[in-house]
Amino acid sequence: MSDAPRNPVEKLLRTERMPHIWCPGCGIGTSVNCFARAIEQADIPYDKLHVVSGIGCSGRVAGYVNVDSFHTTHGRAIAFATGLSLSRPSAKVVVYSGDGDLFAIGGNHFIHAARRNIDMTVICINNFTYGMTGGQVTPTTPLTAKASTSPYGNFEDSFNLPNLAEACGAVYVARWTIYHVRQLTRAMTKALSTKGFSFLEVLAPCPTLYQRRNKLGDGVAMVQFFKDHSTIKNGASTSEVGLGFQSDMIVGEFVDRQRPTFMDNYNARMKEVLGDSFVPFEGIK
Amino acid sequence: MDSQQAKGIAPSEGSPGAKGTVHMTDERCKGCSYCVVFCPTGALAMGGRINRKGYHLPELVHPDKCNGCDMCGLYCPDFAIFGVRTNRKKTDGEP
Amino acid sequence: MKADPKAVDTGIHFIDGNEACAEGAIAAGCRFVSGYPITPSTEIVEHLAKRFPKIGGLFIQMEDEIASSIAFQGAIWGGQKSMSVSSGPGISLQMEHVGLAAMTETPCVFVNVQRGGPSTGLPTLPAQQDVMQARWGSHGDYEVIALAPNSPQECFNRIITAFDYSEKYRAPVFFLMDECVGHMLGKVKIPPADQIELVERKMTTRKPGEYLPYRIYDGDVPEMTRAGLGHNVHITGLTHDERGYPAMNAETQDVLVRRLCNKILHHVDEISIYDASQVEGSDVTVISYGMTARVAAYAVETARGQGIKVGNVRLVTLWPFNDKLIRDIVDNSKAIIVAEMNLGQMVHEVERAARDKVPVHLLGNAGGAIIPPEAFIAKIKEVVS
Repeated sequence: MSDAPRNPVEKLLRTERMPHIWCPGCGIGTSVNCFARAIEQADIPYDKLHVVSGIGCSGRVAGYVNVDSFHTTHGRAIAFATGLSLSRPSAKVVVYSGDGDLFAIGGNHFIHAARRNIDMTVICINNFTYGMTGGQVTPTTPLTAKASTSPYGNFEDSFNLPNLAEACGAVYVARWTIYHVRQLTRAMTKALSTKGFSFLEVLAPCPTLYQRRNKLGDGVAMVQFFKDHSTIKNGASTSEVGLGFQSDMIVGEFVDRQRPTFMDNYNARMKEVLGDSFVPFEGIK
Repeated sequence: MDSQQAKGIAPSEGSPGAKGTVHMTDERCKGCSYCVVFCPTGALAMGGRINRKGYHLPELVHPDKCNGCDMCGLYCPDFAIFGVRTNRKKTDGEP
Repeated sequence: MKADPKAVDTGIHFIDGNEACAEGAIAAGCRFVSGYPITPSTEIVEHLAKRFPKIGGLFIQMEDEIASSIAFQGAIWGGQKSMSVSSGPGISLQMEHVGLAAMTETPCVFVNVQRGGPSTGLPTLPAQQDVMQARWGSHGDYEVIALAPNSPQECFNRIITAFDYSEKYRAPVFFLMDECVGHMLGKVKIPPADQIELVERKMTTRKPGEYLPYRIYDGDVPEMTRAGLGHNVHITGLTHDERGYPAMNAETQDVLVRRLCNKILHHVDEISIYDASQVEGSDVTVISYGMTARVAAYAVETARGQGIKVGNVRLVTLWPFNDKLIRDIVDNSKAIIVAEMNLGQMVHEVERAARDKVPVHLLGNAGGAIIPPEAFIAKIKEVVS
């Protein structure tokens, strides 16, 4: 090993798998830079960090990070992570996936994991489209934006993800864009240090599919757009942070609260009802 | 593995008077130019060098301006470039 | 490894097959179950929801059957022994995760208390219509193990076998009960924990850096790890190499998928469990499994009492299919009747293995009721004449 300077993200990567499959200007890699730094700042040892992904471009994150990582089935990362988190109470489980995976096919699992307050961090790379399959419409594609399956412009209302997450019970909710690398790193650090269900929406460019079809330029153009059209409003009401097509956007930390986790509630209830005959589920340390 | 070793891309690993420099793993770069556009001091520019896949690579055209803030490293989606401080004095580039 | 004496409910019990299955799972060391209510399997998870808090287990009722069929795999990679429980439509929803378990070599048990289908079908009535689904339900080439118990006692005993097989072969194991067996009350003897021998998970002892999750170090099943041991493994449902890394090419696919199949197919003799009686020199042999085998036993006895030479074979292991057993029957019996509560599933496997050497007849129905003994006896007489 040479004593040459090392890229801070390097330690987290399965470097033998580089270069990765993401397109030039794709925002996913940038978010991974922030993630690597956040893990350091949150002081989480790698053997206490498990990353779970679903399917899609963002779903490939699990394959590139050098921790115990699970690339599961389409939409089911949170369900898998629920079992993993419950059986590994001393570890931090992170679900890293995309908007289509988490909120279309996986929407049911998201709302229930948030409701139960399962101890996990969900990082959603929202690039407004299904990238891996060629740029189809997702539940977060803004109204009127074009996608390969909405060739005349999307006519379905899209999800306001922070609002959904808050309504379902997430204890920490933030939204940043790929432009806001420092704030995103801090938000990831905070989410990783928070007990319970935390949610981060990361607005990211998809130059190859979403932007090309909508004539929005390259990756830089989108990140520049994020810079020029975002307003930081920590504590904003999540009902006001919905997104339109190339609309102004509110970013920041929206929810930071405490609720007992699934296991807190389970243990309290069983102790109360069963008393000394209750044997807690310890999982594997 | 050799091609993934990060190398200094500035003449003699940065300018003697500069506070920092950048390092580059050429083969990972996909030429998106995030590092150039979001460098807070304007030290980088897309240059004439290309890697094996034909992507144009960034170059540290103003080594004296680099303060090693590593914003390039934070933005780089390809884990190809990063900055390091050489002569200490902290000046964070915050967007 | 022995069962945990603090958890095993040793004694003589009068319980149904579903409860016996739950108790057997506890004895097998299962401490995490994800499920979703569905008739006629629900009593299994209801029982576990009651028992687990007293023995350090955890039951979670997930939001749907799809979630149930993968949450438990997350728990298994966290180090647990686990199963998921469902029926009919729920099992149809879970099929993708049978494939995931096969591909990632996750040792797990899928309990299916079968009911009549297709679709919502007959929620409260029995069938054996999911035999081929258990074998072929997920896309792609893969092998599973499937066991069919026929009594509450067997639900207890054989769910332990199911866990043992899943650990030994690192493959999904179906426990194919049916509504009749699930709701059948009977005497179940649960032995002391020290008399219950369990197969231990083949955990690697190799250090990080010296271990690849899908390398075959010996035998034909890779050594397992779990999250948090520092091996930093990547587990994916994509075609992967021995490092566990995705590799999108025909060569890797060929090596991997053949191995996934062969680790089961090369051990059919060890996996196959069946009872056979008086096959040699018989005019006809009845082959059945699960609830149907109970009726078969009675019908065969009756026919024998009437002087008919009838062999009786009960399959406990349905998959992998034991071709050799069928060839033995073909060599020793003049005809075969396959009895099953469906319109013909296992009969096709028997026909294939019999290779037209003896006639193979189906005694089936569309589910919803057991095949009555009279129908058996009539069929036996018809075939013999």
